Amino acid sequence: MSVLVEKADLSLKYTGHYNDVKDLLTEGSSDILNSKRNKAFQDFVMQGIPTRKNENYKYTNLQPQFSPDYKFIHQREKTELDLNQAFRCDVPQLDTHLAFIFNGWYYEENRSVGQLPEGVILESLEKIAIEKPELLEKYAQLANTEEDPLVALNTTFAKDGYFLYVPKNTKIEKPIQLINFLQADKDAFSTQRNFVYIEEGADVKMIMCDHTLNLNSYLSNSVTEIFLGANAHLEYYSLQNQHNKTTSLNSVFIHQEKDSTATTLNSSLHGGLIRNNLKFILNGENAEANLFGMAFIDRKQHVDNFTQVIHAKPNCMSNQVYKNVLDDESTGAFAGRIHVVRDAQKTNAFQRNNNLLLTDSATMQTKPQLIIDADDVKCSHGATVGQIDEEALFYLRARGIDDKKARLMMMNAFAHEVIQQIKVEPLRDRIDELVDKRLKGEVARCHECAYNCEC
Amino acid sequence: MLTIKDLYVSVEGKEILKGINLEVKPGEIHAIMGPNGSGKSTLANVLAGKEEFEVTSGEIIYEGEDLLELEPEDRAKKGIFLSFQYPVEIPGVPMVNFLKTAVNEHRKFRGEKEFTAGEFLKMMRQKEQLLDMNAHLTNRSVNEGFSGGEKKKNEIFQMALLQPKLGILDETDSGLDIDALKTVAHGVNALRTPENATIVVTHYQRLLEYIVPDHVHVLYNGKIVKSSGKELALELEEKGYDWIKQENGV
Repeated sequence: MSVLVEKADLSLKYTGHYNDVKDLLTEGSSDILNSKRNKAFQDFVMQGIPTRKNENYKYTNLQPQFSPDYKFIHQREKTELDLNQAFRCDVPQLDTHLAFIFNGWYYEENRSVGQLPEGVILESLEKIAIEKPELLEKYAQLANTEEDPLVALNTTFAKDGYFLYVPKNTKIEKPIQLINFLQADKDAFSTQRNFVYIEEGADVKMIMCDHTLNLNSYLSNSVTEIFLGANAHLEYYSLQNQHNKTTSLNSVFIHQEKDSTATTLNSSLHGGLIRNNLKFILNGENAEANLFGMAFIDRKQHVDNFTQVIHAKPNCMSNQVYKNVLDDESTGAFAGRIHVVRDAQKTNAFQRNNNLLLTDSATMQTKPQLIIDADDVKCSHGATVGQIDEEALFYLRARGIDDKKARLMMMNAFAHEVIQQIKVEPLRDRIDELVDKRLKGEVARCHECAYNCEC
Repeated sequence: MLTIKDLYVSVEGKEILKGINLEVKPGEIHAIMGPNGSGKSTLANVLAGKEEFEVTSGEIIYEGEDLLELEPEDRAKKGIFLSFQYPVEIPGVPMVNFLKTAVNEHRKFRGEKEFTAGEFLKMMRQKEQLLDMNAHLTNRSVNEGFSGGEKKKNEIFQMALLQPKLGILDETDSGLDIDALKTVAHGVNALRTPENATIVVTHYQRLLEYIVPDHVHVLYNGKIVKSSGKELALELEEKGYDWIKQENGV
């Protein structure tokens, strides 16, 4: 069978599936989500499952990931486990408002959220879309289905995920922690759709943790839209710690108004194939965006970070630092696009991607892209792909530190620049420890639940 | 303590050292002088175990053991210390972590209990005084943003912490002003004991006014062409290296 036919078959498979489950998708869902499905589906059909021919997916071929026969989870399933009981986040001193998401669905019996400040809503997206659709007026406005097939497919299938609303001038002291679990009785395809609305002057920290609970293969396709009002502040930490049979596709969109600041930090510790799409729109003066990322991969793992920062208004600042450590035959990619639109004068936009290859067979692709339509801007980008500095290694060894330990010190040092950007101290300490274990080749896990799997 | 016998060393196929013989006894200070490119730094680095230097023949016996069989870290733990000509900056590795790890690796090797953070800091503060080390330097990453003088002081500071049997100072005087030179020399002298030895590799005689050698060797074109007492350094200062070159038929 020719490759072309296979591809067509693959897209047909998803097309056929949509026609089969149309009723299931709209059933119990809100008008607001349902109203987007047909258009999103058409957009998906137009674009198809991304291949390397798609410029934005040049370094990540998703065809093989979409080929298996997954079970789709289009309806809320009862979990046998009580997640509140089964899971204890063992990070010492990390006190959070904790909620679980199971196979993309907001867990109905979340009892660990605790007392949120008045007016704050943390809920199931499906429920809010039905009960308070006025809060979702901006649904699917950031996540453009014409621009990305994964977003289109997500919007086609989207039924649930989490919804967070933080009213004006509300500061949430404790971080909001959302834990994504994947656990199904067979290989499964999960769709998760999230929506965050942070009003003017509000301040929130979010921690997202991704875990797999058994050894089945998973494909998770999530989309998150975040609106940040004027002078609002967000810290968004994402910890990807899934097994090697997982495909994790994440598209996060952040829209910022004036004087707001948003910091995202993505830490990929484990995962089979990870693709993170992150798009910022700086839509008000003096907005500041910080994008940090780090990945530690080995064997045949693949991590691809694709960032876009649109400077739509003058006087904004964006800063990106992405670091990867690649071992064995792992492959990585980073593509970062900075777009300074006309009249967005006095823009400061910086981007850096540093990569450490531990073997000759690991490969890294890095592609900065600056599109600058204003004339009074400061932009810079830089990328390095290298190996451990032998001179520095010898220096450490000449002081009695053995080769292995010296390498470890240097790899930790490499990652440290990103780790130190974590402002939630107990989380930083834990990540520091996990990274250290990861680099030592010990299995680094985020929690000691009973479901630890071996890959 | 150290015996070098007929040592030949090549780098990328080019022969740099051509039959070095040297005997260092406990308590002694040896100066190795010579013009640029004579092989001084190569000798220092071979002793420390730098891999790109290929020993093609000869041997180095250190405390009865074949030194060339040992990894750099094992040489260090057995008491060999190289003060680098160009100390390496290592961003992200905090000085304190680096020093504590190095000291504890030595202690473990000697079968001593590892220092706790508190014990280590206390010991470190004492040694800082010896070298007049500014405490803020130890809060930085290894050598990062250090001035030339600070880097060299930092080398001797590490030597004070690790207390080697054989210290090898590779051009430790280069880039130092006279005050820093005195501080560094003071540090080296304070660390002297009847049991340890020092090899001072230098181009100039200046450092030898402060660290007085028992033996001076002139290395030229990969060979030791002259060995004598400390007066040789003065003679060299006076006559310059051309004298050596002429004597050796260049």
